[in-house]
Amino acid sequence: MSDAIVSLRNVDKRYVRGKQSVEVLQHLNLDIAKGDFVALMGPSGSGKTTLLNLIGGLDTATAGEITVAGQRLDQLREGALARWRARHVGFVFQFYNLMPMLSAQRNVELPLLLTHLSGAQRKTNALAALTLVGIADRAKHKPSELSGGQAQRVAIARALVADPTLLVCDEPTGDLDRKSADDVLHLLQMLNREHGKSIVMVTHDPKAAEFASHQLHMDKGALLEAGTLA
Amino acid sequence: MKYFPLVWATLWRKKTRTIFTLLSMVVAFLLFGMLETIDYAFAHPSGGATGADKLITINKYSITLLLPFSDAQAIRAVPGVAEVTWLTWLGAYYQESKNFVFALPVDTDSYFNLHKDEFIVSGEQMQAYRNTRTGALVNSALMKKFGWKVGDKVPLHSTIWTQKKDASLDWTFDIVGSFDARDPTQAGQQASTLLFHYELFDEGRSFGKGNVGWFEERVGDPSQSAAIAGRIDALFANSPNETKTQPAKDFALAFMKQLGDIGFVLRAILGAVFFTLLFLTGNTMMQSVRERTPELAVLKTIGFGDAKVLGLVIGESLLLCVIAAVIGLGLSYAALPIIKLGLQGVEVSPRALLPGIGAAVLLALAVGTPPALRAMRLNIVDALADKR
Repeated sequence: MSDAIVSLRNVDKRYVRGKQSVEVLQHLNLDIAKGDFVALMGPSGSGKTTLLNLIGGLDTATAGEITVAGQRLDQLREGALARWRARHVGFVFQFYNLMPMLSAQRNVELPLLLTHLSGAQRKTNALAALTLVGIADRAKHKPSELSGGQAQRVAIARALVADPTLLVCDEPTGDLDRKSADDVLHLLQMLNREHGKSIVMVTHDPKAAEFASHQLHMDKGALLEAGTLA
Repeated sequence: MKYFPLVWATLWRKKTRTIFTLLSMVVAFLLFGMLETIDYAFAHPSGGATGADKLITINKYSITLLLPFSDAQAIRAVPGVAEVTWLTWLGAYYQESKNFVFALPVDTDSYFNLHKDEFIVSGEQMQAYRNTRTGALVNSALMKKFGWKVGDKVPLHSTIWTQKKDASLDWTFDIVGSFDARDPTQAGQQASTLLFHYELFDEGRSFGKGNVGWFEERVGDPSQSAAIAGRIDALFANSPNETKTQPAKDFALAFMKQLGDIGFVLRAILGAVFFTLLFLTGNTMMQSVRERTPELAVLKTIGFGDAKVLGLVIGESLLLCVIAAVIGLGLSYAALPIIKLGLQGVEVSPRALLPGIGAAVLLALAVGTPPALRAMRLNIVDALADKR
């Protein structure tokens, strides 16, 4: 699949804890097309988050090939992987993971510290990202002064600000009420449809999964559907 | 610099803890600054512009051992010696032991000849001094300190010398004049000085008559000082009273070192302070990093490499220590005039504070490196698993 943004071939992931070895992913093959919005579903322990970590370059596979945004991640060392993440991936977490001592704007600016942008440019870009997610009026507020939905929007702005190729979202609505969750999901859908962002989202929530263009189900470390989405 | 706001915000994440840590460090650096200043001062006695041609001869074995007055004649005969005088330490205070007075019995002619043009004293008062057996010339700073004026009769209590007439330790003088040092660098050294007649002292004391505390020599050619000192000491080699002759500024240092190895004592105190500080600050930094594990994991997630995370934590430690050092050493600098009052005859210099900045950097590295390494080695997946 030539326009795949994510491509996994025979990927295994095994964790070793003391003398115990746990096989989390087995011979996994998957292609996700550029511009797709994929919801990854499955019971706890099925390997969703591990797969997401591999796609986002947070973890390395035990075996197999992982290619994301044209880069073989399994061939990158730690430092190169960190630089790759900074350029190509935006992360959204269930509990937002914002820096509590920084304002919303400063939180959004964090990924831009790794670029050569000036302070003024970083500020402009951060405000643009906050405007895009509809929360520019809360730019000076700290995370403790924001609601869950607002905090998650700030987290999405932080994920977007460096214009990544891929958004990786781990249960982005898991800590939100229905209304806020729907707002966040609409936002992700808008980013996918209008801005062409490729999104891989792990969720337990079937309603959340409906916002995605494709759904993948996992169980016991394997995909239940065929691994090519287009 | 672009990381500064992040480091600064992180430092103040727990304001109360940071303030208390900072305060304890400020106190430590204040102590450091003051003790270093004192240590520096003892290592750099103030010779002044007029000290280069002066030698001091003391008993080879201890300054507390006296020398025979008769040695003065032999020293005067040494080639290169232009003048010699003799003095003895009265060990005096006024009313209370904290009111130290550097009271010196001096031989008027030889002393003022040796220190020609070094004192500002009116001719009239000098004459009055010569004419008054119990007269004393007092430094104007000392006059001001105790509110003395010319004509006052002041009793000084000696901690050493009893009087022959009544075994009393109290010596009474008539203030007939005041003096100032012509060389401003000597002003501090002379600020507690009271000069009185050697004859009064020698005849009045109950023991030690005919002996002196030390000799002071002026040499014609300062470049020959070392050779002349050698000649003086050679005169008394193998005698019951062997001598040690040295430049005046070395004597001042040796005199102060009678108190003990000041540098060692000061360094021991500082060592204890910084050892405690190391654990206190190290523990605070470690705790701070432990609490921020998920935040550090997020930074790594969004692309901060190991080296950057290491740098951020060390930067935080550095910032904390340097702020504390700047405040603490700044307060020490402000206290220099007070230290100066207590340390006369030595050079009190802000240069002594410079090692404080070096100490701050070393401390920052010592306390910042372990948590920084921990942060650097953080496994993103494990750290995020705690709070995703």
